[in-house]
Amino acid sequence: MQAKKRYLILFSAGACLILLLYFGGMQTALSRSNNRRDDRSLDGHHGSPQWHHFSGSLQPFSPWDQMETEEYNVHISPRQKRDVISGVYNGKRCRMDSCFDFSLCKTNGFKVYVYPQQKGEKMSESYQNILSSIEASRFYTSDPGQACLFVLSLDTLDRDILSPQYVHNLRTKVQNLHLWNNGKNHLIFNLYSGTWPDYTEDLGFDFGQAMLAKASIGTENFRPNFDVSIPLFGKDHRSAGEERGYLKHNSIPPYRKYMLVFKGKRYLTGIGSDTRNALYHVHNSEDVVLLTTCKHGKDWQKHKDARCDLDNAEYDKHDYREMLHNSTFCLVPRGRRLGSFRFLEALQAACVPVILSNGWEMPFSEIIHWNTAAVIGDERLLLQIPSTVRSIHQDNILSLRQQTQFLWEAYFSSVERIVLTTLEIIHDRVLQHAARSNLMWNSLPGGLYSLPQYSSYLGDFPFHYAKLGESCHDLQIDLKCASKFIHVDGHEFGSPGITTGVYRKVLF
Amino acid sequence: MVRLSMCASGKYSSRGPALIPRMKTKHRIYYITLFSVVLLGLIATGMFQFWPHSIESTADWGLDRRSVHDAPLIRLPVANPIPERGDLSCRMHTCFDVYRCGYNPKNRIKVYIYPLQRFVDEVGVPISSTGLSREYNDLLSAISDSEFYTDDVTRACLFVPSIDVLNQNSLRIRETAQALAMLPRWDKGMNHLLFNMLPGGPPDYNTALDVPRDRALLAGGGFSTWTYRQGYDVSIPVYSPLSADVELPERQPGPRRYFILSSQTAIHREYRAELERLKEENGEALLLLDKCSNLSQGVASARKRCYKGQVFDYPQILQESSFCVVLRGARLGQATLSDVLQAGCVPVILADSYILPFSEVLDWKRASVVIPEEKLPEMYTILKSIPHRQVEEMQRQARWFWDAYFSSMKAIGMTTLQIINDRIYPYAARTYEQWNNPPLVKWSSVNSPLFLPLIPPRSPGFTAVVLTYDRIESLFRVITEISKVPSLAKLLVVWNNQNKSPPEDSLWPKIAAPLKVVRTKENKLSNRFFPYDEIETEAVLAIDDDIIMLTSDELQFGYEVWREFPDRLVGYPGRLHLWDHEMGKWKYESEWTNEVSMVLTGAAFYHKYFNYLYTYKMPGDIKNWVDAHMNCEDIAMNFLVANITGKAPIKVTPRKKFKCPECTAIDGLSLDQTHMVERSECINKFASVFGTMPLKVVEHRADPVLYKDDFPEKLKSFPNIGSL
Repeated sequence: MQAKKRYLILFSAGACLILLLYFGGMQTALSRSNNRRDDRSLDGHHGSPQWHHFSGSLQPFSPWDQMETEEYNVHISPRQKRDVISGVYNGKRCRMDSCFDFSLCKTNGFKVYVYPQQKGEKMSESYQNILSSIEASRFYTSDPGQACLFVLSLDTLDRDILSPQYVHNLRTKVQNLHLWNNGKNHLIFNLYSGTWPDYTEDLGFDFGQAMLAKASIGTENFRPNFDVSIPLFGKDHRSAGEERGYLKHNSIPPYRKYMLVFKGKRYLTGIGSDTRNALYHVHNSEDVVLLTTCKHGKDWQKHKDARCDLDNAEYDKHDYREMLHNSTFCLVPRGRRLGSFRFLEALQAACVPVILSNGWEMPFSEIIHWNTAAVIGDERLLLQIPSTVRSIHQDNILSLRQQTQFLWEAYFSSVERIVLTTLEIIHDRVLQHAARSNLMWNSLPGGLYSLPQYSSYLGDFPFHYAKLGESCHDLQIDLKCASKFIHVDGHEFGSPGITTGVYRKVLF
Repeated sequence: MVRLSMCASGKYSSRGPALIPRMKTKHRIYYITLFSVVLLGLIATGMFQFWPHSIESTADWGLDRRSVHDAPLIRLPVANPIPERGDLSCRMHTCFDVYRCGYNPKNRIKVYIYPLQRFVDEVGVPISSTGLSREYNDLLSAISDSEFYTDDVTRACLFVPSIDVLNQNSLRIRETAQALAMLPRWDKGMNHLLFNMLPGGPPDYNTALDVPRDRALLAGGGFSTWTYRQGYDVSIPVYSPLSADVELPERQPGPRRYFILSSQTAIHREYRAELERLKEENGEALLLLDKCSNLSQGVASARKRCYKGQVFDYPQILQESSFCVVLRGARLGQATLSDVLQAGCVPVILADSYILPFSEVLDWKRASVVIPEEKLPEMYTILKSIPHRQVEEMQRQARWFWDAYFSSMKAIGMTTLQIINDRIYPYAARTYEQWNNPPLVKWSSVNSPLFLPLIPPRSPGFTAVVLTYDRIESLFRVITEISKVPSLAKLLVVWNNQNKSPPEDSLWPKIAAPLKVVRTKENKLSNRFFPYDEIETEAVLAIDDDIIMLTSDELQFGYEVWREFPDRLVGYPGRLHLWDHEMGKWKYESEWTNEVSMVLTGAAFYHKYFNYLYTYKMPGDIKNWVDAHMNCEDIAMNFLVANITGKAPIKVTPRKKFKCPECTAIDGLSLDQTHMVERSECINKFASVFGTMPLKVVEHRADPVLYKDDFPEKLKSFPNIGSL
């Protein structure tokens, strides 16, 4: 009997123990699943508490009475403030508000004057092309009295002292211009500034309150909505008209022979050499082909490193054009300066540029969304570049590639395009309220064809309504959008036979 | 719980007492201990098990009770270092440590929030008069609830201090700066993000927070172009507290009672004078409101505006106007902007050098009018010149901006983080369309994946893809016919019969172009639209194995037309979809009509990309549905192409059917009718899957230039175009 009872007790204790384990287990499972839910929302729970949602009587950040009683009227008159601004914010801090005289554009609109060319003044072919593009544009005026923007006839493109194109005594030449007015409402084009070894962005003369349309401009020096960043283009860049991109058809799948290529010099030492010297780390000689040569300048042998002979040999084995045209992505690392010719070459070749140039203000960044046509990399993350480009989905590649072609043709394909785009950007700033929207600039056929004088409304253009999902908004077209309505036995649409009998001839 | 207590009490009450005396003491102690342990355990787990909610809610309640005053108090020594003022040349590549963010497949940054501390100076005076504000608490809570949040400080890419600097007026500048510098991970402010909405203070009202902050990023309301570090700082709106209190229903865009409305109370008198002059000139079109002088201060007065003794409810009155003026005050950023957007009123922004909120990603030209302060007298003329439809779009856009980016501290915080996230992972950034298109537009807009207007060269030619099962004789005839087309690059036979092998090589017709046979694993219709690697050209000619009537001229001409329109379906017989009023649904139409909206893919040219889309991106279950019904793959293809390009197919040549005229007699009328019913069903099914009717109707077709002209046939490029 006792044994029986003992068993009974043992049994019931055991049963309770099992129950305990069961519920306890369930409990931990539950709490674990709770934790998991937490983990998902917080991404990692490591014991320290998350932000507490304090509730109760917290004060608003801006009390009502403060908003109401702030003595706005005591502060300086806005008109005076505007005057003060133009006194304080000039030079490196110039903006349209402080350094540009809008009143010049009031009466005649946006007109551009080009100074007459001085005899005996040497001028590069590129600058010649720039000036003739302006003179052929709809903005040109030969009357300085009507002008809102002034362009020098002094070649300012190459401000590298070591360059043969360098124009000397620019400082005095500029100061002697009677319309100069400390550079107010002037636009200065520049492709190269600074020189070996530090390549600063100094133009070597005081340009006062003039705007810069400059290549290789760094974000630190770039004055937003005042300067215009232009691409670096070569002597033989087409002068006018439009040169087609190289993309002839869209291939599916969009991958080309190479994934990522680069072929160029590396400088071994000095500014801008780090990234190019490190490229061999990601080179795999299969689909990521990044070739560098040490040969550049006369005394490259002096700085020669252990890799040079190997690199030089491999460099000569590949043809740049062949690589350019057969690669999905093209690396565009900075050179001595931030911008390089390679950028436009890649763009034209429909090879999606992968930019490695920290601090470069991308060309026409004010209006172009570069993320849709290029991959903006970070020099610090060079080693991630291959995995980054491989992670880009093929649908995106297809669209990036087409966008390179659109942007190339619309804004970069000739000196004229570059100049007109620059002028239109400034024009939009002057007109401000009637400026083009970003959508106009970044979708076909581009800003140069969407004139705001015609309409500032996107739906009024034949190109953009589809992007706005607009076609069916108009009631009159509605019938068509929803296709025709038929009345099988009705009489509204003429004879019922039309849809049911007489013309019934074709099958399936 | 009930079951448990029965088990426990049963032992104790009925058996326990009778049991215990009979046992030896040793055993008794042993059993009692065992019981009590088990019992306690049971009760404890039972409580956990059956009252989990009550436990959680007590915890919550505890949290609720958690007061700001429970936060640890930190005393700042006077001599503590002060950060540097903030470097204007800072950019992401110079002042931001990108290595902290790392490479991750989600392309998402991790944000850490410092735990709340109360900072006081040496004599115990707090550094801020408000402490943690309601708005900043909301903001931090939103971040901590978001996918950006991490509580692991070592994994964080971005650090958000819990020191509230939203309003500079409530701060002691020097002490706040010292407090920032004391943060454990401050490290010269690297990767730290500060939120500030009301910068500067009297008399000169700086446009950025005056608190020295080293390299910290600033999400600021009211930046001017001189203080904003483009690509580094984030310009944010000034949150309007009314957003939480007042609900303004969305109004249909269109003309409103007033044309221009000015509702701000703190306008400089110079500007008020100019507005009044405008009002005199344009009368009723303008409504110029001001503070109500007879109302007492406080929340109530913030919700009222007056004009000559007439009282209006604010912000409701904003909905009565097409345009609403947002003038700069002492500060550039104005909370009014938020109210105006909420009301769906188009803001007219007069604040020179102001960096508009989130201007890095938002296209303000589509939602606002920016006018230089100097041009205030011309405001009326400028606004009148804007087309009506544009005003309507702006009204819609304004409201959408508010909904998405202004409506709460959460929206503001998430947008800020997303912008920074986009900078760190630019290749995965949100697109212009994602940022700027309201959901309605996103849904209805057309962004064709083949948007570049290319005219592919003739030379690569096309690949003919013939789907076949076992009609070998007819197949061979088709192959022979197609081989005569000059631009044929390759012939691909898709052998859809798993039970039978294709004929031996020697039996196939000898043709000049390469011929390949692909054997499929299953007899599916969708096999015809698979993007086979063997298709090396962009142009694909899909053709059935019984289409023997198309002439080589017809096919070559079709290819030429496709080259001009590579994003369209180019086909021969056209079909139409019609809305049947009686039945209230779509109907498939194959009779003589003046319009087409589909072409049959029994023979049609199209871009290979659509094969890829058909196979991998077909919405819903359409692909399986087609395979199950063994029908309508061509309608599905028409839907797909029209949906993504927004364009109709192109019908070429007069041909209206594929079957020979004499064959039609064999097919009975009933067969014909079931076929039509099935096809109509397909259209209704697809339209419901697509959620819209993407097919577009056109009334034209393409024929060769000299087609039907009275001109010697032999001089025409495509003399043999056929009929019907």
